[in-house]
Amino acid sequence: MKAIIPLTPSPSLRGRGEHAHEYNFNIEGRNRTGTAWRWVFQASTIVGILALIALLLNIMNGSFGYVAYEAKVDPATLAQDGIPLEEQSREQLVALLQSKLSKGAFNKLETDEPFEKRSRANVLQVVNERIVKYEIVQVWDLWASLTKSAKIKATVEKDFPGAELEFISWLTTDFITRPQSSEAITTGVRTAILGSLWTILFTILFAFPIGVGAAIYLEEYATDNRLNRIIRTNINNLAGVPSIVYGILGLAIFVRTLEPLTSGEIFGLVDPTTANGRTVLAAGLTLGLLVLPIIIINAQEAIRAVPQSLRKASYGLGATRWQTIWSHVLPNALPGILTGTILAISRAIGETAPLVVVGASTAISFDPASPFSKFTTLPIQIYQWTSRPQPEFRSVAAATILVLLMMLLSLNASAVILRNRFSKRY
Amino acid sequence: MANTATNGMNKKTKNLRRRARVGETLIQGLLFLSGVFSIFTTIGIVYELGKEALLFFQMPEMDLLQTLTSVEWKPHVGKFGIWPLVTSTLMTTVIAMSIAIPFGLSVSIYLSEYATPKMRSILKPILEVLAGIPTIVYGYFALMFMTPLLRNIFGNDVVQIYNTASAGLVMGILILPLITSMTEDSLSAVPRSLREAAYGMGATRLEVALQVVLPAALFGIAAAVIIGISRAIGETMIVAVAAGAGPNFTFNPFESAETITGHIVRISGGDLAYDSIDYNSIFALGLLLFVITLTLNMISQRIVRRFREVYE
Repeated sequence: MKAIIPLTPSPSLRGRGEHAHEYNFNIEGRNRTGTAWRWVFQASTIVGILALIALLLNIMNGSFGYVAYEAKVDPATLAQDGIPLEEQSREQLVALLQSKLSKGAFNKLETDEPFEKRSRANVLQVVNERIVKYEIVQVWDLWASLTKSAKIKATVEKDFPGAELEFISWLTTDFITRPQSSEAITTGVRTAILGSLWTILFTILFAFPIGVGAAIYLEEYATDNRLNRIIRTNINNLAGVPSIVYGILGLAIFVRTLEPLTSGEIFGLVDPTTANGRTVLAAGLTLGLLVLPIIIINAQEAIRAVPQSLRKASYGLGATRWQTIWSHVLPNALPGILTGTILAISRAIGETAPLVVVGASTAISFDPASPFSKFTTLPIQIYQWTSRPQPEFRSVAAATILVLLMMLLSLNASAVILRNRFSKRY
Repeated sequence: MANTATNGMNKKTKNLRRRARVGETLIQGLLFLSGVFSIFTTIGIVYELGKEALLFFQMPEMDLLQTLTSVEWKPHVGKFGIWPLVTSTLMTTVIAMSIAIPFGLSVSIYLSEYATPKMRSILKPILEVLAGIPTIVYGYFALMFMTPLLRNIFGNDVVQIYNTASAGLVMGILILPLITSMTEDSLSAVPRSLREAAYGMGATRLEVALQVVLPAALFGIAAAVIIGISRAIGETMIVAVAAGAGPNFTFNPFESAETITGHIVRISGGDLAYDSIDYNSIFALGLLLFVITLTLNMISQRIVRRFREVYE
């Protein structure tokens, strides 16, 4: 105790003892210092909160605003039989493509993915990209759009007479349901959302059973021997390994060494467009390794919180160890385990670096169809779009961040509800 | 009927002795396997990273001495000086910690020593939100908010579009909640009796906080700072987005420079050919990262254990 806590008297008190008449506690001064520092501490806390607010406002700022765009071909001229472009059926749109595009270009699209298999939204997107050809000439963020709207209108009229100026929200339901494309104005995050969900599915399938199993072993079976101590320390250490290292591990093991498995070769299910190990499955397993320590640590805590008396009562009735665990410990620990797992999942959904290393594809416009498909995820798209020099892609990135944050928010809300609803106090 | 039932009971009574249960043993075996799985993960990291890193160091153009002395990292032309990557990693880390340590300590002192329980119950979830935001979002924030801010303050000709300062500052915000929560835990672990004794001696609240509680929690704080440093070194997406592409040996925080993690992400984007120089080099760099962060984490854990022994 003594060595640890150097409890020295404050300078103002030191050495005053001998001369009783010199007592000068300087209470006023000390109180003043106290108040000043109190302000410093309070201000730091406020700075932290301001940082969060600035971050959120910054994202909002990018997600809305004026856009000036030009269309190569006026969509109004593409109406067929009096039906405007937006409302035409898939067959009409395909016919339109066939008539307006060169034969080579049309066949190229057909080999990419047969028109038979494409959704109407996808065909419409192709029409917009290849025939209408919207081109963004300039974008403004929300702040500029609100404060300088008159100036913006004047600029557009003067510099881009043919352009259309519109105040838009980059985040729309269309944006969420549209597949990805190479143009900022027609792109969407459907591919990325589905990619995220597919990846997370395999992360859960892989990490949840092993993580809970490990937690049960450590809490219910493990004695205090050398091996188990190593396991415990090791799990704590793994929780602190940078996520990018897991990405490199995933690249070496899941993508390269286990390529026959992750590409689907041994199941005979190779996706012809992928044909290597950089698949949804490899990404899911990599993220599984990453969140495994988190799941184990949280599940351990939940299992530890189940009171010993429940176990004793079960043993007293003649139940075996596994019967006790399965019918009494696990049901009581389940809300805690699930809460911990949800938190681990929200960590996995936001991870970018390991997936870049594992080899996420950035330019795919088709939904992942199997564990052996190429993939992209929401964070990967944010990274990709933020890294582009064109400002309109920054706005797309901001809208994607909003989608990601909403996903995380709903996950965390469900964790909180789960915790409040099922948490028991013993 | 009744008779057979009794017979059955009798038989069961005889069998009540402990017997081998195959199912139970099997389940225990499976659970044990899940338990040791994490050890395989560590072995996997060490083996795979070590193997490929060894290939990297065995390349004919490779010269270990040159790696440690040269300031040029251009693997394709045989220049393997690691310093540009290391210095920029150090720079972002130092900048991040110079934000995260003072603010983290202040916030945790405020939360544990000053804030009312109600205030705490509002502030802590806010900090948790800050900790739960994906790092790529911080990367966007660094590029779209911090960089323009710095350029406005210091001038566009001084601050480049990609620079380590903005990445480091935002990384500080990212690490702030981590340091705050760990520090606050160790501050509130300091026994009440110490505080009461100091108040009894006439100390003011600040004197109690800074001269009694803080020194008593010093080990916990040290552990928090070390974990923070380890996190900063391994942080990837903020630097990948905001610090710039291309190794640059510089100590100017307003210039673009690539960190170890940023470099790995940049060259592994897209299909990286197996056994190329780039492929092997990311394993060598990954191993370096792993060793550094593992060492820091182990030191921190050791410190925490010693701190616990004092009060429990």
